[in-house]
Amino acid sequence: MANVIDDATIEYVGILAKLELSEEEKEQAKKDMARMLDYIDKLGELDTEGVEPMSHVFPVRNVFREDVVTNGDDRENILRNAPAEKDGMFVVPQTFEG
Amino acid sequence: MNILDYTATELSEKIKQGEIKVTEAVEAVFERIGIKEEELHCYITLEKDKALARAEQVQRKIDSGELTGPLAGVPFAIKDNLCTEGTLTTCASKILENFVPTYSAEAVRLLEQAGVVILGKTNMDEFAMGSTTETSYYGVTKNPHNTAHVPGGSSGGSAAAVAAGECFAALGSDTGGSIRQPASYCGVVGMKPTYGTVSRYGLIAYGSSLDQIGPLTKDVRDCATILETIASHDSKDSTSMEREGTDFTSALVEDVKGMRIGIPRDYFGEGIDGEVKDKVLNAAKRLEAMGAVVEEFDLSLVEYAIPTYYTIAAAEASSNLERFDGIKYGYRVPGVEDLHPMYKRTRSEGFGPEVKRRIMLGSFVLSSGYYDAYYLKALKVKALIKKAFDEAFARYDCILGPVAPTTAPELGKSLADPIKMYLGDIYTIAVNLAGLPGISIPCGTDSKGLPIGLQLIGDCFQEKKLIQAAYTYEQGGM
Repeated sequence: MANVIDDATIEYVGILAKLELSEEEKEQAKKDMARMLDYIDKLGELDTEGVEPMSHVFPVRNVFREDVVTNGDDRENILRNAPAEKDGMFVVPQTFEG
Repeated sequence: MNILDYTATELSEKIKQGEIKVTEAVEAVFERIGIKEEELHCYITLEKDKALARAEQVQRKIDSGELTGPLAGVPFAIKDNLCTEGTLTTCASKILENFVPTYSAEAVRLLEQAGVVILGKTNMDEFAMGSTTETSYYGVTKNPHNTAHVPGGSSGGSAAAVAAGECFAALGSDTGGSIRQPASYCGVVGMKPTYGTVSRYGLIAYGSSLDQIGPLTKDVRDCATILETIASHDSKDSTSMEREGTDFTSALVEDVKGMRIGIPRDYFGEGIDGEVKDKVLNAAKRLEAMGAVVEEFDLSLVEYAIPTYYTIAAAEASSNLERFDGIKYGYRVPGVEDLHPMYKRTRSEGFGPEVKRRIMLGSFVLSSGYYDAYYLKALKVKALIKKAFDEAFARYDCILGPVAPTTAPELGKSLADPIKMYLGDIYTIAVNLAGLPGISIPCGTDSKGLPIGLQLIGDCFQEKKLIQAAYTYEQGGM
Protein backbone atom coordinates (compact mmCIF):
# COMPACT_ATOMS: atom_id res chain seq x y z
CA MET A 1 0.00 0.00 0.00
CA ALA A 2 1.30 3.42 -0.91
CA ASN A 3 -0.73 5.27 1.69
CA VAL A 4 -0.15 4.56 5.35
CA ILE A 5 -2.56 5.99 7.89
CA ASP A 6 -0.98 6.36 11.32
CA ASP A 7 -2.66 6.45 14.72
CA ALA A 8 -2.44 10.23 14.96
CA THR A 9 -4.31 10.65 11.66
CA ILE A 10 -7.08 8.27 12.67
CA GLU A 11 -7.43 10.09 16.00
CA TYR A 12 -7.59 13.42 14.19
CA VAL A 13 -10.16 12.21 11.64
CA GLY A 14 -12.19 10.72 14.50
CA ILE A 15 -12.35 14.18 16.08
CA LEU A 16 -13.41 15.78 12.79
CA ALA A 17 -16.00 13.07 12.17
CA LYS A 18 -17.20 13.11 15.79
CA LEU A 19 -16.87 9.35 16.00
CA GLU A 20 -15.44 7.34 18.85
CA LEU A 21 -13.99 4.17 17.36
CA SER A 22 -13.01 1.07 19.28
CA GLU A 23 -9.40 -0.15 18.93
CA GLU A 24 -10.61 -2.81 16.54
CA GLU A 25 -12.57 -0.27 14.48
CA LYS A 26 -9.52 2.02 14.38
CA GLU A 27 -7.30 -0.71 12.96
CA GLN A 28 -9.93 -1.53 10.35
CA ALA A 29 -10.40 2.16 9.53
CA LYS A 30 -6.65 2.59 9.01
CA LYS A 31 -6.62 -0.25 6.50
CA ASP A 32 -9.84 0.79 4.76
CA MET A 33 -8.77 4.38 4.40
CA ALA A 34 -5.29 3.54 3.13
CA ARG A 35 -6.75 1.19 0.54
CA MET A 36 -9.35 3.72 -0.54
CA LEU A 37 -6.74 6.49 -0.84
CA ASP A 38 -4.53 4.19 -2.93
CA TYR A 39 -7.50 3.76 -5.20
CA ILE A 40 -8.33 7.47 -5.28
CA ASP A 41 -4.68 8.24 -6.10
CA LYS A 42 -5.54 6.97 -9.59
CA LEU A 43 -6.91 10.46 -10.22
CA GLY A 44 -3.30 11.67 -10.10
CA GLU A 45 -2.77 10.06 -13.52
CA LEU A 46 -4.88 12.82 -15.06
CA ASP A 47 -3.47 16.20 -15.90
CA THR A 48 -5.95 18.71 -14.49
CA GLU A 49 -3.72 21.77 -14.85
CA GLY A 50 -5.96 24.75 -15.58
CA VAL A 51 -9.21 22.80 -15.13
CA GLU A 52 -11.77 24.64 -13.02
CA PRO A 53 -13.13 22.49 -10.17
CA MET A 54 -16.78 21.75 -10.95
CA SER A 55 -18.96 21.82 -7.86
CA HIS A 56 -22.23 22.10 -9.74
CA VAL A 57 -23.02 20.79 -13.23
CA PHE A 58 -25.23 23.72 -14.19
CA PRO A 59 -24.35 27.41 -14.05
CA VAL A 60 -24.98 28.27 -10.42
CA ARG A 61 -26.45 31.41 -9.00
CA ASN A 62 -27.41 32.31 -5.50
CA VAL A 63 -31.07 31.84 -4.74
CA PHE A 64 -32.32 34.71 -2.63
CA ARG A 65 -35.59 35.10 -0.80
CA GLU A 66 -37.04 37.54 1.67
CA ASP A 67 -36.17 36.63 5.24
CA VAL A 68 -39.70 35.95 6.38
CA VAL A 69 -41.12 33.00 8.25
CA THR A 70 -43.40 30.92 6.03
CA ASN A 71 -43.88 27.80 8.12
CA GLY A 72 -46.16 27.85 11.14
CA ASP A 73 -45.40 27.10 14.75
CA ASP A 74 -44.96 23.34 14.94
CA ARG A 75 -43.07 23.25 18.23
CA GLU A 76 -45.11 20.50 19.82
CA ASN A 77 -44.66 18.06 16.94
CA ILE A 78 -41.00 18.90 16.49
CA LEU A 79 -40.25 18.37 20.18
CA ARG A 80 -42.00 15.03 20.03
CA ASN A 81 -38.91 13.78 18.14
CA ALA A 82 -36.47 15.13 20.72
CA PRO A 83 -34.57 12.57 22.81
CA ALA A 84 -35.26 14.82 25.82
CA GLU A 85 -37.35 17.99 26.23
CA LYS A 86 -38.52 20.25 29.02
CA ASP A 87 -40.84 23.27 29.03
CA GLY A 88 -40.84 23.51 25.23
CA MET A 89 -37.06 23.24 24.90
CA PHE A 90 -34.48 20.60 23.98
CA VAL A 91 -32.64 19.18 26.98
CA VAL A 92 -28.91 18.75 26.33
CA PRO A 93 -26.04 17.47 28.46
CA GLN A 94 -24.16 20.07 30.45
CA THR A 95 -22.21 22.30 28.05
CA PHE A 96 -20.28 24.60 30.41
CA GLU A 97 -18.61 24.00 33.72
CA GLY A 98 -20.92 25.26 36.48
CA MET B 1 -57.03 -10.91 -14.62
CA ASN B 2 -55.51 -10.57 -11.16
CA ILE B 3 -55.54 -6.98 -9.90
CA LEU B 4 -51.81 -7.24 -9.17
CA ASP B 5 -51.04 -7.92 -12.84
CA TYR B 6 -52.06 -4.40 -13.85
CA THR B 7 -49.51 -1.66 -14.15
CA ALA B 8 -50.05 1.42 -11.98
CA THR B 9 -51.66 3.45 -14.75
CA GLU B 10 -53.81 0.52 -15.93
CA LEU B 11 -55.04 0.05 -12.38
CA SER B 12 -55.90 3.72 -12.00
CA GLU B 13 -57.87 3.55 -15.27
CA LYS B 14 -59.86 0.54 -14.00
CA ILE B 15 -60.52 2.37 -10.74
CA LYS B 16 -61.76 5.47 -12.52
CA GLN B 17 -64.00 3.31 -14.73
CA GLY B 18 -65.50 1.88 -11.53
CA GLU B 19 -64.33 -1.69 -12.23
CA ILE B 20 -62.03 -1.85 -9.20
CA LYS B 21 -62.35 -0.07 -5.86
CA VAL B 22 -59.27 1.59 -4.35
CA THR B 23 -59.80 -0.46 -1.18
CA GLU B 24 -59.84 -3.68 -3.24
CA ALA B 25 -56.51 -2.77 -4.81
CA VAL B 26 -54.96 -1.91 -1.45
CA GLU B 27 -56.28 -5.11 0.10
CA ALA B 28 -54.98 -7.17 -2.82
CA VAL B 29 -51.51 -5.71 -2.27
CA PHE B 30 -51.63 -6.39 1.47
CA GLU B 31 -52.69 -9.95 0.74
CA ARG B 32 -49.57 -10.33 -1.42
CA ILE B 33 -47.48 -8.67 1.29
CA GLY B 34 -48.89 -11.18 3.76
CA ILE B 35 -47.60 -14.02 1.59
CA LYS B 36 -44.26 -12.62 0.45
CA GLU B 37 -43.02 -10.07 2.93
CA GLU B 38 -41.77 -12.38 5.64
CA GLU B 39 -39.28 -13.88 3.22
CA LEU B 40 -38.44 -10.84 1.07
CA HIS B 41 -38.51 -8.02 3.65
CA CYS B 42 -39.05 -5.17 1.21
CA TYR B 43 -40.42 -2.80 3.85
CA ILE B 44 -39.13 -1.31 7.07
CA THR B 45 -42.55 0.12 7.98
CA LEU B 46 -46.02 -0.88 6.77
CA GLU B 47 -49.05 1.32 7.44
CA LYS B 48 -52.03 -0.88 6.63
CA ASP B 49 -54.64 0.98 8.69
CA LYS B 50 -53.56 4.35 7.35
CA ALA B 51 -53.53 2.96 3.80
CA LEU B 52 -57.05 1.58 4.07
CA ALA B 53 -58.39 4.82 5.54
CA ARG B 54 -56.63 6.76 2.82
CA ALA B 55 -58.07 4.39 0.18
CA GLU B 56 -61.61 5.29 1.29
CA GLN B 57 -60.76 8.98 1.12
CA VAL B 58 -59.21 8.67 -2.35
CA GLN B 59 -62.22 6.64 -3.56
CA ARG B 60 -64.58 9.43 -2.48
CA LYS B 61 -62.49 12.01 -4.32
CA ILE B 62 -62.48 9.87 -7.45
CA ASP B 63 -66.24 9.31 -7.22
CA SER B 64 -66.85 13.04 -6.79
CA GLY B 65 -64.66 13.83 -9.80
CA GLU B 66 -62.11 15.70 -7.73
CA LEU B 67 -59.35 13.21 -8.58
CA THR B 68 -59.04 12.37 -12.27
CA GLY B 69 -55.31 11.97 -12.84
CA PRO B 70 -53.42 8.90 -14.09
CA LEU B 71 -52.15 7.86 -10.64
CA ALA B 72 -55.39 8.23 -8.65
CA GLY B 73 -55.88 5.24 -6.36
CA VAL B 74 -52.48 3.60 -6.98
CA PRO B 75 -50.95 1.76 -3.97
CA PHE B 76 -47.43 3.12 -3.66
CA ALA B 77 -44.22 2.46 -1.70
CA ILE B 78 -41.76 5.14 -0.59
CA LYS B 79 -38.06 4.65 0.08
CA ASP B 80 -37.33 5.20 3.74
CA ASN B 81 -35.04 8.19 3.18
CA LEU B 82 -37.99 10.32 2.04
CA CYS B 83 -39.82 12.09 4.82
CA THR B 84 -43.46 11.16 5.27
CA GLU B 85 -45.47 13.27 7.72
CA GLY B 86 -46.60 11.18 10.67
CA THR B 87 -44.91 7.98 9.45
CA LEU B 88 -41.63 6.63 10.83
CA THR B 89 -38.69 7.51 8.54
CA THR B 90 -35.49 5.69 9.53
CA CYS B 91 -33.15 5.93 6.52
CA ALA B 92 -32.45 2.28 7.48
CA SER B 93 -30.32 3.56 10.36
CA LYS B 94 -30.44 3.02 14.10
CA ILE B 95 -29.78 6.73 14.54
CA LEU B 96 -33.26 7.50 13.15
CA GLU B 97 -35.02 4.50 14.72
CA ASN B 98 -37.72 6.72 16.25
CA PHE B 99 -37.89 9.67 13.85
CA VAL B 100 -41.40 10.70 12.77
CA PRO B 101 -41.19 13.65 10.35
CA THR B 102 -43.47 16.64 10.80
CA TYR B 103 -43.64 17.19 7.04
CA SER B 104 -43.55 15.20 3.81
CA ALA B 105 -40.95 15.39 1.07
CA GLU B 106 -42.13 17.51 -1.87
CA ALA B 107 -42.13 14.47 -4.21
CA VAL B 108 -44.29 12.56 -1.72
CA ARG B 109 -46.65 15.52 -1.37
CA LEU B 110 -47.07 15.75 -5.15
CA LEU B 111 -47.85 12.03 -5.38
CA GLU B 112 -50.43 12.26 -2.61
CA GLN B 113 -51.96 15.28 -4.32
CA ALA B 114 -52.26 13.04 -7.42
CA GLY B 115 -54.18 10.49 -5.34
CA VAL B 116 -51.74 7.68 -4.61
CA VAL B 117 -52.13 5.55 -1.48
CA ILE B 118 -48.91 5.08 0.47
CA LEU B 119 -48.50 1.55 1.85
CA GLY B 120 -45.26 1.96 3.75
CA LYS B 121 -41.57 2.70 3.69
CA THR B 122 -39.11 0.48 1.86
CA ASN B 123 -35.81 -0.96 3.00
CA MET B 124 -32.53 0.44 1.70
CA ASP B 125 -28.84 0.61 2.46
CA GLU B 126 -28.24 2.73 5.56
CA PHE B 127 -28.31 6.39 4.46
CA ALA B 128 -28.36 5.05 0.86
CA MET B 129 -24.70 4.01 1.22
CA GLY B 130 -24.39 0.65 -0.43
CA SER B 131 -25.23 -1.36 -3.53
CA THR B 132 -27.01 -4.37 -2.02
CA THR B 133 -29.45 -3.19 0.72
CA GLU B 134 -27.33 -5.29 3.10
CA THR B 135 -26.10 -2.30 5.13
CA SER B 136 -29.64 -1.67 6.47
CA TYR B 137 -29.87 -1.72 10.26
CA TYR B 138 -33.22 -3.49 9.85
CA GLY B 139 -32.05 -6.59 8.00
CA VAL B 140 -31.54 -7.56 4.36
CA THR B 141 -34.06 -7.60 1.52
CA LYS B 142 -34.06 -10.59 -0.83
CA ASN B 143 -34.34 -10.59 -4.60
CA PRO B 144 -37.83 -11.79 -5.60
CA HIS B 145 -36.38 -13.63 -8.63
CA ASN B 146 -34.04 -15.69 -6.45
CA THR B 147 -34.03 -15.23 -2.69
CA ALA B 148 -30.39 -16.31 -2.36
CA HIS B 149 -29.46 -13.05 -4.11
CA VAL B 150 -29.53 -9.38 -3.18
CA PRO B 151 -32.07 -6.99 -4.76
CA GLY B 152 -29.33 -4.40 -5.37
CA GLY B 153 -29.26 -1.05 -3.71
CA SER B 154 -29.53 1.29 -2.25
CA SER B 155 -33.23 1.40 -3.29
CA GLY B 156 -33.41 -2.40 -2.99
CA GLY B 157 -36.65 -2.51 -1.02
CA SER B 158 -38.43 -0.33 -3.57
CA ALA B 159 -37.21 -2.42 -6.53
CA ALA B 160 -38.04 -5.73 -4.85
CA ALA B 161 -41.49 -4.49 -3.78
CA VAL B 162 -42.37 -3.53 -7.37
CA ALA B 163 -41.02 -6.83 -8.73
CA ALA B 164 -42.90 -8.89 -6.13
CA GLY B 165 -46.24 -7.10 -6.51
CA GLU B 166 -45.94 -5.71 -2.98
CA CYS B 167 -46.83 -2.30 -4.47
CA PHE B 168 -47.71 -0.99 -7.93
CA ALA B 169 -44.86 1.52 -8.05
CA ALA B 170 -42.29 3.05 -5.74
CA LEU B 171 -40.05 6.05 -5.25
CA GLY B 172 -36.33 5.63 -4.84
CA SER B 173 -33.32 7.91 -4.79
CA ASP B 174 -30.18 7.69 -6.91
CA THR B 175 -26.80 9.12 -5.86
CA GLY B 176 -24.54 6.77 -7.82
CA GLY B 177 -26.97 4.27 -9.36
CA SER B 178 -29.27 3.54 -6.44
CA ILE B 179 -32.44 3.49 -8.55
CA ARG B 180 -31.09 2.06 -11.81
CA GLN B 181 -29.01 -0.78 -10.37
CA PRO B 182 -31.69 -2.35 -8.13
CA ALA B 183 -34.19 -1.88 -10.98
CA SER B 184 -31.80 -3.86 -13.17
CA TYR B 185 -31.27 -6.62 -10.58
CA CYS B 186 -35.02 -6.95 -9.93
CA GLY B 187 -36.21 -6.71 -13.55
CA VAL B 188 -38.20 -3.48 -13.24
CA VAL B 189 -37.94 0.00 -14.79
CA GLY B 190 -36.10 2.70 -12.85
CA MET B 191 -35.18 6.24 -13.78
CA LYS B 192 -32.94 8.93 -12.40
CA PRO B 193 -33.90 12.28 -13.94
CA THR B 194 -31.62 15.23 -14.69
CA TYR B 195 -30.25 16.78 -11.48
CA GLY B 196 -32.66 19.43 -10.24
CA THR B 197 -35.77 17.99 -11.93
CA VAL B 198 -37.33 16.60 -8.73
CA SER B 199 -37.18 18.66 -5.53
CA ARG B 200 -34.90 17.15 -2.88
CA TYR B 201 -36.90 18.84 -0.12
CA GLY B 202 -37.55 16.14 2.48
CA LEU B 203 -35.02 13.69 1.03
CA ILE B 204 -32.53 12.87 3.77
CA ALA B 205 -29.31 14.08 2.15
CA TYR B 206 -26.37 11.82 1.30
CA GLY B 207 -24.40 13.50 -1.50
CA SER B 208 -26.39 16.64 -2.19
CA SER B 209 -24.78 17.49 -5.53
CA LEU B 210 -25.58 13.96 -6.80
CA ASP B 211 -28.87 12.90 -5.14
CA GLN B 212 -32.02 12.73 -7.25
CA ILE B 213 -35.41 11.14 -6.57
CA GLY B 214 -37.04 8.99 -9.23
CA PRO B 215 -39.56 6.21 -9.92
CA LEU B 216 -39.29 2.39 -9.91
CA THR B 217 -42.09 0.88 -11.94
CA LYS B 218 -43.47 -2.08 -13.87
CA ASP B 219 -43.18 -0.38 -17.23
CA VAL B 220 -42.02 2.74 -19.07
CA ARG B 221 -45.48 4.34 -19.16
CA ASP B 222 -45.74 4.23 -15.36
CA CYS B 223 -42.22 5.61 -15.12
CA ALA B 224 -42.97 8.59 -17.40
CA THR B 225 -46.29 9.25 -15.66
CA ILE B 226 -44.77 9.30 -12.18
CA LEU B 227 -41.82 11.41 -13.25
CA GLU B 228 -44.21 13.92 -14.82
CA THR B 229 -46.10 14.07 -11.50
CA ILE B 230 -43.10 14.59 -9.22
CA ALA B 231 -41.06 16.97 -11.43
CA SER B 232 -41.43 20.50 -10.14
CA HIS B 233 -39.66 23.74 -9.46
CA ASP B 234 -39.62 24.07 -5.70
CA SER B 235 -38.41 27.15 -3.84
CA LYS B 236 -37.71 24.89 -0.85
CA ASP B 237 -34.82 23.26 -2.78
CA SER B 238 -32.43 25.90 -4.11
CA THR B 239 -30.95 23.44 -6.63
CA SER B 240 -34.36 22.63 -8.11
CA MET B 241 -34.46 23.80 -11.74
CA GLU B 242 -37.00 25.92 -13.53
CA ARG B 243 -37.11 23.77 -16.61
CA GLU B 244 -39.31 22.99 -19.55
CA GLY B 245 -40.26 19.72 -21.18
CA THR B 246 -41.49 17.84 -18.14
CA ASP B 247 -44.56 16.53 -20.01
CA PHE B 248 -42.75 13.20 -20.13
CA THR B 249 -45.75 11.11 -21.16
CA SER B 250 -45.81 12.93 -24.50
CA ALA B 251 -42.66 10.90 -25.32
CA LEU B 252 -44.47 7.55 -25.09
CA VAL B 253 -44.16 7.18 -28.84
CA GLU B 254 -43.11 3.99 -30.60
CA ASP B 255 -40.46 5.34 -32.94
CA VAL B 256 -36.67 5.34 -32.92
CA LYS B 257 -36.16 5.95 -36.63
CA GLY B 258 -33.07 8.05 -37.13
CA MET B 259 -32.31 8.23 -33.41
CA ARG B 260 -28.53 8.29 -32.92
CA ILE B 261 -27.42 5.84 -30.25
CA GLY B 262 -23.81 5.58 -29.10
CA ILE B 263 -22.36 2.50 -27.42
CA PRO B 264 -19.23 3.23 -25.36
CA ARG B 265 -16.63 0.55 -26.15
CA ASP B 266 -15.16 1.22 -22.71
CA TYR B 267 -18.37 -0.15 -21.12
CA PHE B 268 -17.81 -3.61 -22.56
CA GLY B 269 -14.21 -4.29 -21.59
CA GLU B 270 -12.77 -6.01 -18.57
CA GLY B 271 -15.09 -6.99 -15.73
CA ILE B 272 -18.36 -7.34 -17.61
CA ASP B 273 -20.17 -10.67 -17.45
CA GLY B 274 -20.52 -12.37 -20.86
CA GLU B 275 -24.27 -12.92 -20.56
CA VAL B 276 -24.87 -9.30 -19.54
CA LYS B 277 -22.80 -8.11 -22.48
CA ASP B 278 -24.68 -10.31 -24.96
CA LYS B 279 -28.15 -9.31 -23.78
CA VAL B 280 -27.32 -5.60 -23.77
CA LEU B 281 -25.79 -5.76 -27.26
CA ASN B 282 -28.82 -7.75 -28.47
CA ALA B 283 -31.00 -4.92 -27.21
CA ALA B 284 -28.88 -2.48 -29.21
CA LYS B 285 -29.39 -4.64 -32.31
CA ARG B 286 -33.14 -4.62 -31.76
CA LEU B 287 -33.16 -0.84 -31.59
CA GLU B 288 -31.06 -0.74 -34.74
CA ALA B 289 -33.53 -3.05 -36.47
CA MET B 290 -36.29 -0.65 -35.45
CA GLY B 291 -34.52 2.18 -37.25
CA ALA B 292 -32.06 3.66 -34.77
CA VAL B 293 -28.56 4.55 -35.97
CA VAL B 294 -26.29 2.64 -33.63
CA GLU B 295 -22.52 2.96 -33.47
CA GLU B 296 -19.67 2.33 -31.07
CA PHE B 297 -17.45 5.10 -29.71
CA ASP B 298 -14.89 5.78 -27.00
CA LEU B 299 -16.34 7.69 -24.08
CA SER B 300 -13.03 7.84 -22.16
CA LEU B 301 -12.32 8.44 -18.45
CA VAL B 302 -14.65 5.59 -17.43
CA GLU B 303 -12.24 4.15 -14.85
CA TYR B 304 -11.89 7.54 -13.13
CA ALA B 305 -15.58 7.91 -12.30
CA ILE B 306 -15.57 5.69 -9.21
CA PRO B 307 -12.64 7.29 -7.36
CA THR B 308 -14.05 10.73 -8.24
CA TYR B 309 -17.48 9.76 -6.98
CA TYR B 310 -16.34 8.23 -3.70
CA THR B 311 -14.27 11.31 -2.90
CA ILE B 312 -17.10 13.75 -3.58
CA ALA B 313 -19.90 11.62 -2.12
CA ALA B 314 -17.94 10.85 1.07
CA ALA B 315 -17.03 14.53 1.48
CA GLU B 316 -20.65 15.62 1.13
CA ALA B 317 -21.86 12.78 3.35
CA SER B 318 -19.46 13.70 6.15
CA SER B 319 -20.88 17.21 6.08
CA ASN B 320 -24.54 16.21 5.65
CA LEU B 321 -24.45 13.63 8.44
CA GLU B 322 -23.07 16.12 10.97
CA ARG B 323 -26.69 16.92 11.81
CA PHE B 324 -27.19 13.57 13.53
CA ASP B 325 -25.97 14.57 16.95
CA GLY B 326 -28.57 13.21 19.36
CA ILE B 327 -29.99 16.63 20.21
CA LYS B 328 -33.11 17.39 18.20
CA TYR B 329 -34.29 13.99 16.94
CA GLY B 330 -33.25 10.40 16.62
CA TYR B 331 -31.18 8.19 18.86
CA ARG B 332 -29.25 9.60 21.84
CA VAL B 333 -26.90 7.39 23.83
CA PRO B 334 -28.26 7.14 27.37
CA GLY B 335 -26.38 8.18 30.49
CA VAL B 336 -23.58 10.34 29.07
CA GLU B 337 -23.36 13.62 30.93
CA ASP B 338 -20.96 15.71 28.85
CA LEU B 339 -21.84 17.16 25.48
CA HIS B 340 -18.93 16.08 23.27
CA PRO B 341 -18.71 12.52 24.55
CA MET B 342 -22.49 12.33 24.03
CA TYR B 343 -22.12 13.40 20.38
CA LYS B 344 -19.36 10.90 19.74
CA ARG B 345 -20.97 7.96 21.49
CA THR B 346 -24.38 8.66 19.94
CA ARG B 347 -22.92 8.72 16.44
CA SER B 348 -20.65 5.73 17.02
CA GLU B 349 -23.57 3.62 18.23
CA GLY B 350 -26.10 5.07 15.83
CA PHE B 351 -24.23 4.62 12.52
CA GLY B 352 -23.28 1.30 10.92
CA PRO B 353 -19.80 0.38 9.55
CA GLU B 354 -20.29 1.52 5.92
CA VAL B 355 -21.67 4.91 7.02
CA LYS B 356 -18.78 5.41 9.44
CA ARG B 357 -16.30 4.40 6.74
CA ARG B 358 -17.63 7.08 4.39
CA ILE B 359 -17.84 9.77 7.09
CA MET B 360 -14.21 9.07 8.04
CA LEU B 361 -13.05 9.19 4.42
CA GLY B 362 -15.07 12.35 3.78
CA SER B 363 -13.70 14.07 6.87
CA PHE B 364 -10.19 13.17 5.75
CA VAL B 365 -10.46 14.40 2.14
CA LEU B 366 -11.90 17.71 3.35
CA SER B 367 -9.31 18.20 6.09
CA SER B 368 -6.69 20.89 5.89
CA GLY B 369 -3.64 19.68 4.01
CA TYR B 370 -5.58 17.10 1.97
CA TYR B 371 -8.43 19.18 0.57
CA ASP B 372 -6.57 20.25 -2.59
CA ALA B 373 -5.00 16.87 -3.27
CA TYR B 374 -8.22 14.89 -2.93
CA TYR B 375 -11.42 16.91 -2.90
CA LEU B 376 -10.47 19.67 -5.36
CA LYS B 377 -8.75 17.13 -7.60
CA ALA B 378 -11.99 15.11 -7.74
CA LEU B 379 -13.99 18.23 -8.64
CA LYS B 380 -11.57 18.88 -11.51
CA VAL B 381 -11.88 15.33 -12.80
CA LYS B 382 -15.65 15.69 -12.53
CA ALA B 383 -15.34 18.64 -14.95
CA LEU B 384 -13.39 16.41 -17.37
CA ILE B 385 -16.00 13.64 -17.12
CA LYS B 386 -18.78 16.13 -17.81
CA LYS B 387 -16.85 17.36 -20.87
CA ALA B 388 -16.51 13.79 -22.18
CA PHE B 389 -20.29 13.40 -22.00
CA ASP B 390 -20.82 16.80 -23.65
CA GLU B 391 -18.70 15.61 -26.58
CA ALA B 392 -20.64 12.35 -26.80
CA PHE B 393 -24.00 14.13 -26.80
CA ALA B 394 -22.86 16.39 -29.60
CA ARG B 395 -23.01 13.21 -31.71
CA TYR B 396 -25.64 11.00 -30.08
CA ASP B 397 -29.20 11.33 -28.81
CA CYS B 398 -28.49 8.75 -26.18
CA ILE B 399 -25.82 6.42 -24.87
CA LEU B 400 -26.63 2.73 -24.48
CA GLY B 401 -24.90 0.31 -22.15
CA PRO B 402 -25.33 -2.09 -19.27
CA VAL B 403 -26.54 -0.90 -15.86
CA ALA B 404 -24.15 -3.12 -13.92
CA PRO B 405 -21.33 -5.49 -14.93
CA THR B 406 -23.10 -8.54 -13.50
CA THR B 407 -26.52 -9.71 -12.39
CA ALA B 408 -27.44 -9.62 -8.68
CA PRO B 409 -24.72 -11.09 -6.46
CA GLU B 410 -25.50 -13.64 -3.77
CA LEU B 411 -26.39 -12.39 -0.32
CA GLY B 412 -23.44 -11.97 2.01
CA LYS B 413 -20.79 -11.80 -0.71
CA SER B 414 -20.33 -8.06 -1.23
CA LEU B 415 -19.63 -6.17 1.99
CA ALA B 416 -16.29 -7.79 2.85
CA ASP B 417 -14.53 -6.01 -0.01
CA PRO B 418 -15.87 -2.44 -0.33
CA ILE B 419 -13.77 -1.47 -3.35
CA LYS B 420 -14.96 -4.51 -5.28
CA MET B 421 -18.53 -3.56 -4.38
CA TYR B 422 -17.92 0.01 -5.52
CA LEU B 423 -16.69 -1.29 -8.91
CA GLY B 424 -20.20 -2.57 -9.55
CA ASP B 425 -21.27 1.07 -9.88
CA ILE B 426 -18.93 1.74 -12.80
CA TYR B 427 -21.65 2.29 -15.45
CA THR B 428 -24.09 4.26 -13.31
CA ILE B 429 -21.92 6.60 -11.28
CA ALA B 430 -20.66 8.98 -13.97
CA VAL B 431 -24.28 9.82 -14.80
CA ASN B 432 -24.69 11.35 -11.33
CA LEU B 433 -21.38 13.20 -11.55
CA ALA B 434 -22.51 14.81 -14.81
CA GLY B 435 -26.09 15.43 -13.61
CA LEU B 436 -27.53 13.42 -16.54
CA PRO B 437 -30.76 11.43 -16.78
CA GLY B 438 -30.54 7.66 -17.00
CA ILE B 439 -33.08 4.85 -17.26
CA SER B 440 -32.81 1.13 -16.59
CA ILE B 441 -35.16 -1.24 -18.41
CA PRO B 442 -35.22 -5.04 -18.38
CA CYS B 443 -33.53 -6.69 -21.39
CA GLY B 444 -33.59 -10.36 -20.49
CA THR B 445 -32.21 -12.74 -17.90
CA ASP B 446 -29.04 -14.74 -17.41
CA SER B 447 -28.84 -18.55 -17.32
CA LYS B 448 -29.75 -18.50 -13.61
CA GLY B 449 -32.94 -16.55 -14.34
CA LEU B 450 -31.66 -13.30 -12.84
CA PRO B 451 -32.74 -10.11 -14.65
CA ILE B 452 -30.39 -7.99 -16.74
CA GLY B 453 -30.90 -4.26 -17.19
CA LEU B 454 -30.26 -2.05 -20.19
CA GLN B 455 -29.20 1.51 -19.41
CA LEU B 456 -29.95 4.49 -21.61
CA ILE B 457 -28.25 7.75 -20.73
CA GLY B 458 -29.32 11.12 -22.09
CA ASP B 459 -27.98 14.64 -22.15
CA CYS B 460 -29.25 17.00 -19.47
CA PHE B 461 -33.01 17.67 -19.82
CA GLN B 462 -33.36 15.03 -22.56
CA GLU B 463 -35.43 12.52 -20.58
CA LYS B 464 -37.97 12.40 -23.39
CA LYS B 465 -35.45 10.83 -25.77
CA LEU B 466 -34.72 8.13 -23.19
CA ILE B 467 -38.40 7.51 -22.54
CA GLN B 468 -39.14 7.28 -26.27
CA ALA B 469 -36.29 4.83 -26.90
CA ALA B 470 -37.12 2.77 -23.79
CA TYR B 471 -40.82 2.68 -24.65
CA THR B 472 -40.11 1.63 -28.23
CA TYR B 473 -37.81 -1.14 -27.05
CA GLU B 474 -40.35 -2.32 -24.48
CA GLN B 475 -43.23 -2.34 -26.96
CA GLY B 476 -41.07 -4.22 -29.44
CA GLY B 477 -40.88 -7.13 -27.00
CA MET B 478 -37.88 -8.91 -25.68
